[in-house]
Amino acid sequence: MSWIVTNLWLIPAAPLAASLIILSLANSRRSIAGALAIIGQIAALALSILAFLPTLQAPGYRSVDNFTWFTFGEQTLRIGWMIDPLAAAMLLMITLVSLCIFIFSIGYMAGDKNFNRFFAYLSFFSAAMLGVVIANSLLLLFICWELVGLASYLLIGFWINRPNAAAAAKKAFVTTRIGDLGFFLGILWLYGGSGTLLFYDGGNGCLENAGLLALGVSATFVALLIFCGAVGKSGQFPLHVWLPDAMEGPTPVSALIHAATMVAAGVFLVARVYPLFSFGAIDGVTPSLIVVVSIGTITALMASLIALGQFDIKRILAYSTVSQLGLMMVSLGVGGVAAGMMHLIAHGFFKALLFLGAGSIIHGCHQEQDIRKMGGLRSLMPISFLTYAIGMMTLSGVPFFFSGGWTKEEILHATAHWHVSHIPHYLMLAGVVLTALYMTRQIIYIFFGNRRAASENAHESPPVMTLPLIVLAICSIALSVLLTPAWPWLHSYLTGEPAHFDIALLIQPMLFVSLALVGAGIGLGFVMYGKAGQEDRHRTAETDPLEHAQPALFHFLENKMWLDEIYDRTVVAWSRMAARISDWMDRHFWDGLVRGFAGLGQLFGIFSANFDERAINAGVDETMTGTRRLSRVMSAWHSGQIQTYLGIIAIGMLALLILYAWLA
Amino acid sequence: MTPTLQLFLVVSAALFSIGLLAALSRRHAIFILIGIEMMLAAANLNFVAFWRFSPQPQPPIGVMVAIFSIAIAAAEAAVGLALVIAIYRHYRTTNVDQLDQLQG
Repeated sequence: MSWIVTNLWLIPAAPLAASLIILSLANSRRSIAGALAIIGQIAALALSILAFLPTLQAPGYRSVDNFTWFTFGEQTLRIGWMIDPLAAAMLLMITLVSLCIFIFSIGYMAGDKNFNRFFAYLSFFSAAMLGVVIANSLLLLFICWELVGLASYLLIGFWINRPNAAAAAKKAFVTTRIGDLGFFLGILWLYGGSGTLLFYDGGNGCLENAGLLALGVSATFVALLIFCGAVGKSGQFPLHVWLPDAMEGPTPVSALIHAATMVAAGVFLVARVYPLFSFGAIDGVTPSLIVVVSIGTITALMASLIALGQFDIKRILAYSTVSQLGLMMVSLGVGGVAAGMMHLIAHGFFKALLFLGAGSIIHGCHQEQDIRKMGGLRSLMPISFLTYAIGMMTLSGVPFFFSGGWTKEEILHATAHWHVSHIPHYLMLAGVVLTALYMTRQIIYIFFGNRRAASENAHESPPVMTLPLIVLAICSIALSVLLTPAWPWLHSYLTGEPAHFDIALLIQPMLFVSLALVGAGIGLGFVMYGKAGQEDRHRTAETDPLEHAQPALFHFLENKMWLDEIYDRTVVAWSRMAARISDWMDRHFWDGLVRGFAGLGQLFGIFSANFDERAINAGVDETMTGTRRLSRVMSAWHSGQIQTYLGIIAIGMLALLILYAWLA
Repeated sequence: MTPTLQLFLVVSAALFSIGLLAALSRRHAIFILIGIEMMLAAANLNFVAFWRFSPQPQPPIGVMVAIFSIAIAAAEAAVGLALVIAIYRHYRTTNVDQLDQLQG
């Protein structure tokens, strides 16, 4: 085993050490903080590459390093690290994207007072996320999962004096917590059922045959409970409400956490514990997988519809993320695990690119985020435009040159061959069209048309910000080389099968279908929104064309399908009522009980005091009075009269005599 | 009538009682001393009586004791008188009722 495999913990340790050191620095030492953070990331990247190399040796490579954490009674708790193609690919994506985002943040957060704290939190997040990826124990994964959630909370609410940010951070944490509750229950059930939380343990792990058989039918329920955690973290349908609000955080945070890495953790989790989902599968279908597909489909479609009604750059991208994650879940559910993971990795790159591009635009437009106030930035911010366009085309799924196209096609291919139903397939086709549509809308509003209010003084961002954009754009295109069906290297790397180079595979019916759909989406976008930006300089854009055409529908979408309001009236209201009841109970009932006991104590005290006062003291006083009276009497006997004394002596002697005579 | 032991003892007891009475009820200190002398005399009488009516011949133990007792009574009377004189010099009274400084 090569050195890195036994020391996998070094990969998260490097950013963690950087984070701790940065926290100890004074606020003024910015350059050191930035340098430390980037060095930590470079170290993590280098180590990830080192860890990646052994996985190329053989297909289906997996290397595990388990150790005992602590013992309790007769049982031991073992955790461990592991590396396999899934983890290695994720490691590379995370470290590379993180590095680009860190470099971008140096430029973006340059004017912020809390520069150091930002990089400390970012490094901490990076460490926790890397821990999630290489964990071999569900417990260790959960620990790092929670740390990731903590980092997300700290970073969303980074600007602590903005109440919106604080509320959003709280919402994110609580919503993901609900999912984590299910996750934790799943962990408990899994531990109880299979006796181990290690994934792979030389045949005894919970994902290996022995463990799965020990679980039996309950594997489905365990899988569904663990899926709850993924639903929370990856923003799937019922628990997606935190993701759009999380855009209150700084843009690099949105890029890193809520696009590329943290939300990917949920999809990664499903892929990691896939044997639990697929246990006992008939034709590749189990009830838990059907649930996964359903939720993914609903999420994907719902989010892309809502994105059509949003005007904030980052919100559109946030809903886009939710939608893409839904797509990934669908892919995992229908059995295309490799396809889903490939899309995840590609998504990491191009979503980060899009968010960083949005950050660049926001920076260039002096903190303006409403797309209605932008326009015509194509000529003012050329590099941002070019990279953003590349990102947009990748996301929309334009094939051949862009990685996103290939991966989407793979997913569509997988859904087409699902035996249960073809509904997800058709809905995902609709999703492709919608994705292209809303991205085209966004691009037209921002970059085309006449310049509106915020574009007046817009300027291109400094190189420290545009360079990462360029790097990520190149990655998005370069990745397509690894993803083409002609040479499905990444696919076979992930599934463990050998890859052949076959140019004929390039021409597939699905390819034409997706090409047609993407083209239709972009074309429709230009048709609907093409004139949207043609307003004179001093007005914000007129009503959105969709709003003009279908005001009710648009209103529904603009308000996020009223889901937040529904939650507010139901779940939040109930929890507030429960809080009020608890408060009343606490204040009156329990407090009353305590006060009652206190009163009892007081009563006892009064009784005691009275007893002391009246009984004991009085007794003592009486004794004293008696003694004094006696002493007065006795002193009266000491009259000083000699004859009295003599008389008493005589009587005493007489008594003695009589006594003597009587005894004798 | 023939003097029996009882007669002597009764006389002695009567003498003792009279002496005790005198010691207890007279106010003048000298009179108390007289009473004490009478009690001593009664005791002497007792001694001699018991000697006279014990089986004879007998060394005259009772008489000896009586003589010693008289000598001691004399000494003691001297001391008593000295006390009275000292008291008189200090308190200017011989009335024992007024000598009650040790009360309390």
